[in-house]
Amino acid sequence: METNQPQSNRRKVALALSIIPGFGQFYNKQYIKGSFFFVLVIAFFVVFSDLLNIGYWGLFTLGTIPMEDHSIFLMVQGIIAVLVTAVGILIYVINLIDAYKNGRRVDLGLERSSVRKQYHNLIDSGFPYLMLTPGFLLLIFVVIFPILFVILLSFTNYNMNNSPPANLVDWVGIKNYIDIFQLDLWRNTFLSVFSWTIVWTFLATTLQVALGIFLAVLVNQKELKFKRIIRTVFILPWAVPAFVSILVFAGMFNNTFGAINVDILAFVGIDPVPWMTDPFWTRFALIMIQMWLGFPFIFVMVTGVLQAIPDDLYEAAVIDGASMWQKFRQITFPIVMFATAPIMITQYTFNFNNFNVIFLFNGGGPAVSGQNAGGSDILISWIYKLTLEQSQYGKAAAITMLLSIMVISVAIWQFRKTRAFQEEDLM
Amino acid sequence: MSMKKQTLIRMTITYLIIFFMAVVIIYPVLWIFGSSLNPGNSLSGSSMFPADATLKHYRELFDLEQSYYLLWYWNTLKICLITMLITVTMVALMAYSFSRYRFLGRKYGLMTFLILQMIPNFAALIAIYVLAVVTGLIDTHIALILIYVGGLLPMNTWLAKGYFETIPKELDESAKIDGAGHFRIFWSVILPLVKPILAVIALFAFITPFTDFILARVILRSESNFTLAVGLYNMIANNFGAEFTKFAAGAVLIAIPISIVFLSLQRYLISGLTSGGTKG
Repeated sequence: METNQPQSNRRKVALALSIIPGFGQFYNKQYIKGSFFFVLVIAFFVVFSDLLNIGYWGLFTLGTIPMEDHSIFLMVQGIIAVLVTAVGILIYVINLIDAYKNGRRVDLGLERSSVRKQYHNLIDSGFPYLMLTPGFLLLIFVVIFPILFVILLSFTNYNMNNSPPANLVDWVGIKNYIDIFQLDLWRNTFLSVFSWTIVWTFLATTLQVALGIFLAVLVNQKELKFKRIIRTVFILPWAVPAFVSILVFAGMFNNTFGAINVDILAFVGIDPVPWMTDPFWTRFALIMIQMWLGFPFIFVMVTGVLQAIPDDLYEAAVIDGASMWQKFRQITFPIVMFATAPIMITQYTFNFNNFNVIFLFNGGGPAVSGQNAGGSDILISWIYKLTLEQSQYGKAAAITMLLSIMVISVAIWQFRKTRAFQEEDLM
Repeated sequence: MSMKKQTLIRMTITYLIIFFMAVVIIYPVLWIFGSSLNPGNSLSGSSMFPADATLKHYRELFDLEQSYYLLWYWNTLKICLITMLITVTMVALMAYSFSRYRFLGRKYGLMTFLILQMIPNFAALIAIYVLAVVTGLIDTHIALILIYVGGLLPMNTWLAKGYFETIPKELDESAKIDGAGHFRIFWSVILPLVKPILAVIALFAFITPFTDFILARVILRSESNFTLAVGLYNMIANNFGAEFTKFAAGAVLIAIPISIVFLSLQRYLISGLTSGGTKG
């Protein structure tokens, strides 16, 4: 009982003193640790003062003299300044927590750890950090840094006519977002691209999933022979790298010399179809191709599930006089869906961002009048074009933000339903 | 009798559907293979089973003076292997820390990974492009490798962490009592036991850069630096009809080895994908 009731207030004093880094540790008589924190924080601000100074100035103004100040460089430095500040604050918070904890040890009358013991503690508790640091540094630079950069870019007027070093880039607030919904060209393009993205995602994914399940059930029939060879053939479209297949299809669907028009359709007596020049037929072909590319994965997954369903379930159903369709509807389908639902959802998010098939098949084309995206462009391929072909960086960043919000909401919704969020050691 | 008849009809329809699907799957494969054997350069006048079949397009691809194809193959393999090595090393270290240690910031680290794995790494396409230009890393393989590794880390660390946690902690503890240090426990106790999941991750880390088009297309500028995906695209994007048969030969040379490797390893791939899907 006694030990649980602190007799003094050293923890609070130590915490207060630690506002100047290291002093709380001095108060706790941990002189080495105290001077370590003191020197570290002072050195931190001395070493980085210039960088922080220029960084924050650049971040707020994005430069003042054209040709001399490079707005984008300044923005990069600004983000680095923010990250460096975050590290500084982290060290400072660790300093506060450490002072408070050791103060409490004294309050509770526990023995203060010796220098030797502290050293061992440091090695022990430092090991996971040592192993995590390389990975985290990489993530900060190639993943988090670009994300911050996109967020900032979406609030600037950075585009081809307005690019450094000749011109300065300026903060324009949410003008890019407003423009996308107000300027006719942008609104029309956004709405048509967005609606096609949704239609594409649902049609292509649902059809590929349906085909995969259908074929898996078909091949799983007891009476069927040559199962092994049939399954191998059905996996082939997955085995060949998608970019190769898509480019091959681009050749097959070519209006003038492709095999579809020249060989197959001519053989059955149908006139050539304008696959590459009519938006409707491009979209139609794309959905067919995605079915071809996507069904084997579903096929394999569902086959795995089907083989695990016990036979007596079906035998019982037969005794009850169930038809084929009833067996599928009441037994097979629910079990398959339950086992593969998370994977099915990832198929939808995958197709939502399926740049490869859209871009490699017809470059997002054909061109459509009255908008700055092609007839089969989805959001991600439109962003690509805005960035690399039209240099509309600010607008592209704003659209990226809209797209990311959609993807992340779906992902969060999905992960809430899976185990990952409920893992007890995460919460 | 009627039962038998029913089964007969059902199986006939089944075989018909399977035959139709098999044709749909195999037709493009035969078509591209046939095209690659045609002597002409363009597709007009070519046929699926050319009477005067020739291997000259394959020879052209293997001639370094006429084509960059071998160089692209080498670039792709190099990028894939380095990405794989770095990814597996980093994932093993991070998954070990997350599964075996309880430390300040662990929860936030895991949450960060969970959120980052939701964002596809080409979402920051513009940033990657602009940053690569301003840092002078555009058109380098190192930039591409780092982006691939960064994109692979979050999801695969979660995947590996899940597997690491199935290894009983008593093993570590008894090794510790025997006097093994932190790194030693990792190296000689844990690592041999988690080989299966590391193999799956290695496979992912190899396939992802191999099949990626968009990032390679954004970063790589000069033809001698291209990967296979970008190079093959360029072959037909620049002058579609004119080089199609050569492209066909290039496509065949990628499809054959990769499908063989894929078909022999698919069991591992599927086991990884299923656990990845349910674990998040």
